[in-house]
Amino acid sequence: MRLSTPRGPLLIALCCVGLLGWRPAWADALPMTEAAPGVYLDQGVQEVAAPENQGHIANIGFIVGNERVAVIDTGGTYAEGLALRAAVRRVTDLPIAYVILTHVHPDHVLGAAAFEQDRPEFIGHANLADALARRGEHYRERALADLGEAAEGTRLVVPGSSVAGTRELDLGGRTLELRAHPTAHTNNDLSILDRQTGTWWLSDLLFVDRIPVIDGSLLGWLRELDTIDQGPALRLVPGHGGVPADRYAAVAAQRRYLQAVAAGVRAVLRRQGTIEEAVDSVGLAESGNWLLFDDYHRRNVTAAFVELEWE
Amino acid sequence: MTTVSESAHPDACAWPGAWALLLAMVLLGGLWPVLAGPVLANPDEARWEEIRTALFGDRLPADGRDLLQLNTPYRAEDAAVVPVSIKPLADQAAGRRIQDLYLIIDMNPVPLATVFHFPGTQAWDEIATRIRVNAYSNVRAVARTEDGQLYMVVNYVKASGGCSAPSLKDPAAAAAQIGRMKLVLPERVSPGERLAAQFLIKHPNNSGLQFDQVSRQFIPADYVKHIAVSYQGQPLFTADTNISISENPSVRFGLIPAAAAGELSVQVQDSTGRAFEQTFPVVPSGG
Repeated sequence: MRLSTPRGPLLIALCCVGLLGWRPAWADALPMTEAAPGVYLDQGVQEVAAPENQGHIANIGFIVGNERVAVIDTGGTYAEGLALRAAVRRVTDLPIAYVILTHVHPDHVLGAAAFEQDRPEFIGHANLADALARRGEHYRERALADLGEAAEGTRLVVPGSSVAGTRELDLGGRTLELRAHPTAHTNNDLSILDRQTGTWWLSDLLFVDRIPVIDGSLLGWLRELDTIDQGPALRLVPGHGGVPADRYAAVAAQRRYLQAVAAGVRAVLRRQGTIEEAVDSVGLAESGNWLLFDDYHRRNVTAAFVELEWE
Repeated sequence: MTTVSESAHPDACAWPGAWALLLAMVLLGGLWPVLAGPVLANPDEARWEEIRTALFGDRLPADGRDLLQLNTPYRAEDAAVVPVSIKPLADQAAGRRIQDLYLIIDMNPVPLATVFHFPGTQAWDEIATRIRVNAYSNVRAVARTEDGQLYMVVNYVKASGGCSAPSLKDPAAAAAQIGRMKLVLPERVSPGERLAAQFLIKHPNNSGLQFDQVSRQFIPADYVKHIAVSYQGQPLFTADTNISISENPSVRFGLIPAAAAGELSVQVQDSTGRAFEQTFPVVPSGG
């Protein structure tokens, strides 16, 4: 009714201008690659979220079965979510039945609202809703502040389904196994194993080339890396960086870094040193091994310190 | 609490911002009696005016750079755990002895992180704790000396980047061990020789400002609000704390051990009425 009034067209025009304003630079659809048959991945850039990369810093993608599609992570903005959705539609018209959020971090979850129109089941770790309650609004505000126009329209989606142990998703002739991990990278890490291709989408349980971020438990993560090494998979999909040619070498590099942080912090703790002393001295030999070391290493040492001081 | 969660829009749970500040004042009732300050052009300055008025009325703290030193990192690496230490520069045994020390983070929802009181006559030389800082903010230490004067030092702290947030990493783990305490002493404890001791207590320090979209409730406030530390029966310091202090609160402080074995006792109260108490031996190391 309202659109038939003379003001209607003007409103529509204004809305369209608004939409065009935050159209992402990657145009309509993310350029996906197939990590394995039917497993589509777009690698985020190995940078800190910024207007130049529009927050597309995490690996996101989707898996296509005979009857349904499962989206895995949604990017750092609503616009990135839309671009991922467009990429799905370039590949298939099958319904997007599931959107899996691998953990609470903004570069993975903030595009979720782009899929609400598909009415999928949004799925996360049993701790994800609580983590979103504690951090989601902060992340959304920071995305708007840090990314500006690129983050317009970004809003939170709290998953309606949670996984505490494991769960299977049937995509039609293809089964995904979801697994809720004990506290490691975060306290809400969820991984996805595609049995058909042996692809284990670990998301941020594994960082390749980019410095791992400790936001759950350093010791828990080290334990989980051993579990991961024993898991049956032909390839691992990390949350950041490329699919590693040698899965064990990628895990070993991450383990080496985490162990160096743990050993260094324990040494500082043994002489009753402070966080400040630990931050200035621990793990610096790892500097050349990781992208974005200067952005996250001191933070990792801080997190490790407040965990290990209770040992 | 119920009234607040029913009447407040979910957006109000944002950690920074005037809305959350108001909400925080309601939740923490009494901490901030009135918030009415002049509207200044610079929002940061306007906010400080509000805070200063609420805490000190019309009194303007003097430049305190000759009196105390505030150490903060250039950037809040982990927004949930930002180490801060304050060192008095003047002799604390006489004259301009600092009796009260306010630690303030302008842009936090409850800017007053803690007030340390040094009730005894014993000299103190450094005090350190860990705070939550999520936005670019001035961090201030305001000292009240025994003659009633106010002195202030200010540092600017940049916000952390990326996925850092001023909240718990593992709430279940924090809750499971609530009240567990620890005292860290150096290996060498020599009578009469000042040492740095660190007190820690496991506590989630939930702010009460975070809205759960699933339960449609705020996660209840649950934080340490008072810490009292005494040595040999004499009070060393007390601290009135709130949600701007990191989870698992930590205080590092100076202590001059007596010749014989002594006791350090700590009492802690939280916002839900729990009380925790523990006594730790302080034993001079051999020779």
